[in-house]
Amino acid sequence: MAPRTILVILSAVLGGLVLCAASPRADDVKQVIPPSPKVPAKVELPHKNFTDILPGEEIKFEMVYVPGGEFKMGSPADEAGRQADEGPQHPVKVSPFWLAKFEVSWDEYYTFWKDPGIFKMDEIPEEDLAKLKPDAITKPSNTYVDELYDHGRDGFPAICMTHHAAMMYCHWLRWKTKKGYRLPTEAEWEFACRAGYEGPYGFDKSEKLDDQSWMKSNSPDEDHPKGTTHKVGTKKANKLGLHDMHGNVAEWVLDHYDAKFYETFPADKLTLNPANKPTEKKWSHVVRGGSWADPPERLRAAIRRGSDKSWMKHDPQLPQSIWWLTKMDVIGFRVALPVEESPELLGVKPMVLKKVE
Amino acid sequence: MSTDRRDFLKAGAVAGVAAAAVNLLPNAVHAAGNDTIKVGLIGCGGRGSGAIAQSLEADKSTKFHAACDFFPEKSTSIVKAMKGKFADRVDVGDRVFSGLDGARKVIESGADLIILATPPGFRPYHLELAINAGKHVFTEKPVAVDGPGIKKCLELAEVAKKKNLAIGAGTQRRHQAGYIETIKQIQGGAIGEIVAGRCSWNGDGIWFHPRKANETDVEYQIRNWYHYLWLCGDHIVEQHVHNLDVMNWAIGAHPVKAYGFGGRSYRKVGTPDEVGHIWDHFAVELEYPKGVHVSSYCTHIPGIKSDISETIFGTKGSSKVNAYRINGKQVFEGNETNPYVQEHIDLIQSIKAGKPINELQNVAESTMTAILARMAAYSGQPLTWEQALNSKELTMPAELTEKSTLKTPPVPLPGKYKVA
Repeated sequence: MAPRTILVILSAVLGGLVLCAASPRADDVKQVIPPSPKVPAKVELPHKNFTDILPGEEIKFEMVYVPGGEFKMGSPADEAGRQADEGPQHPVKVSPFWLAKFEVSWDEYYTFWKDPGIFKMDEIPEEDLAKLKPDAITKPSNTYVDELYDHGRDGFPAICMTHHAAMMYCHWLRWKTKKGYRLPTEAEWEFACRAGYEGPYGFDKSEKLDDQSWMKSNSPDEDHPKGTTHKVGTKKANKLGLHDMHGNVAEWVLDHYDAKFYETFPADKLTLNPANKPTEKKWSHVVRGGSWADPPERLRAAIRRGSDKSWMKHDPQLPQSIWWLTKMDVIGFRVALPVEESPELLGVKPMVLKKVE
Repeated sequence: MSTDRRDFLKAGAVAGVAAAAVNLLPNAVHAAGNDTIKVGLIGCGGRGSGAIAQSLEADKSTKFHAACDFFPEKSTSIVKAMKGKFADRVDVGDRVFSGLDGARKVIESGADLIILATPPGFRPYHLELAINAGKHVFTEKPVAVDGPGIKKCLELAEVAKKKNLAIGAGTQRRHQAGYIETIKQIQGGAIGEIVAGRCSWNGDGIWFHPRKANETDVEYQIRNWYHYLWLCGDHIVEQHVHNLDVMNWAIGAHPVKAYGFGGRSYRKVGTPDEVGHIWDHFAVELEYPKGVHVSSYCTHIPGIKSDISETIFGTKGSSKVNAYRINGKQVFEGNETNPYVQEHIDLIQSIKAGKPINELQNVAESTMTAILARMAAYSGQPLTWEQALNSKELTMPAELTEKSTLKTPPVPLPGKYKVA
């Protein structure tokens, strides 16, 4: 049996290499792991909505232009359902960016997960795997149980992925599109969700939450008496044109979760683009917006939820997966693209390694 | 409590076969002084590593005592990881073993409770060693991959009962509060008389590790154990056993007959030696006593809409068991303890209480249900429980050593494959 070699091409060595392998298999004699993508810090596109297309794929996704601006981040102490970590309210300025009109759907996520041009870590020989950094573009492992758990697939939001997997999806998008996609920061997410409104939800008081979002009270159907995800974009968009910011699936943002994070900012001075930059730590990160399983107060624009190890209690293996939150069927994400990346977030990339915690 | 436990461990020890008594004696004496349950782990892959952590989490009295894996680096790395996670609960000393004989060494190391988490092909042999040595056992599912293996398990279930040994099994649904409540209501008549069932584990596949330079056949196949019948039993046995177990549990019996089909269309292409020979899809009809029929489906087909579920139909409605739903109504809403921890809690408490649970017969019958379905589908012929159970097909390679050359049979073809 001839030894099989995977050529691990590191970006530092061959950053400019053009990838031409059409549809390689892990057991081919020579293989290519895509180098960590280098993307320009600034996107030279007109400041309006655009549709991105993945080269070689049939997948398109719409990006909504969000002009930058100032807002009060967090909630006032007297807001109904308010949690301590939502305060103190503090003034924040975010730079312009694009945010995906919809939550990432299974159609898009499967394109990543099943991309024949990249590999699962277990398909890579151990001796080569040892040379790979966590930011090497690899794809999620097979699930231990399932990824749908009876929820819909085509057109429905992708669920159950870890923060690392969502980060890797963005990393893969960067490689595919050569644009600096990433998860929205917590500040960007809340700014876009509020769409200019200061109340608990990102729409006018004359509007109803029921028309804007899938939540505990309206998500059940005949097959899902306890509720379920719904096709993305089937509720009204907010003023910016974004769908499902409240409800459907709770969305990963870029930031590590820190309950006291807001206390670190001045109450009387603008903070520009705050972000609690993700690291190699698997826990904890923020999800926003609440899900199909939540009551209205957990869908509020300011509510923050930190990920927790208990979200993986149904993954009985050790080390636990770095790709899947087994049975955690309320978590999804959407992608963002800054017009010009803030210096602190340049080169942000997935950093989590599989190990026993 | 400590008295109960002391008595219990003694009961296990005294009943042990004479050959094992040398190892058991100090064990029982030591146990008289405290409440420690020394746990030996056989198989340190992802599942075994999880199981030892869950055993340590389940009860303060457990201590990680010994470990083995075919691959030495796996046993040493899990010991290291557990030291990091449960510092004072790990006392393995030099009781870290490897190779095919590692299991025997763990069993003879003075452990009280043995976790069996190797690929299932080894399970009947490890169960035999552990039960004959008078050890309590947590056995992962499935417990065998062929009829001879199941026969051994069924005999051992009786031996364990006589010896008062506790045997817990990794069919965690049976330790999940929502499942327990739903099945209780079904058996209480909530959907009338059971007439049929449907269960599936339709997913899209499993890992495959590239061959390493200089890897022997045995190393390569054990690293890729899922793909070889003698180690895995095929995915209908390895994975779908969970859903079939729920069918047997709800109906209160095992099937009497099976007929089905399936094949291999989506897996790696190559010689059976290199890529394995298991199938990737099965559809089987199982007939139970009183004419109850169960449709069983399982796939490893990329792109298929996943469906992992169990449904029971009765004369007065139906129950989606995995969703804890009866006639569209939720029958369980509460919080569940992590079922992978709960199964260890139930086992350890039964040991301490001196009322050992014994799940070996149930899990052996559920495993046999899957083996019956597999053999019926492989052969394309209707097959009875007795025919499958009494079949002479023994998949374990004869006189296996670390250096054995392995010749993998072809992918089973209905019409050609005959039940031996």
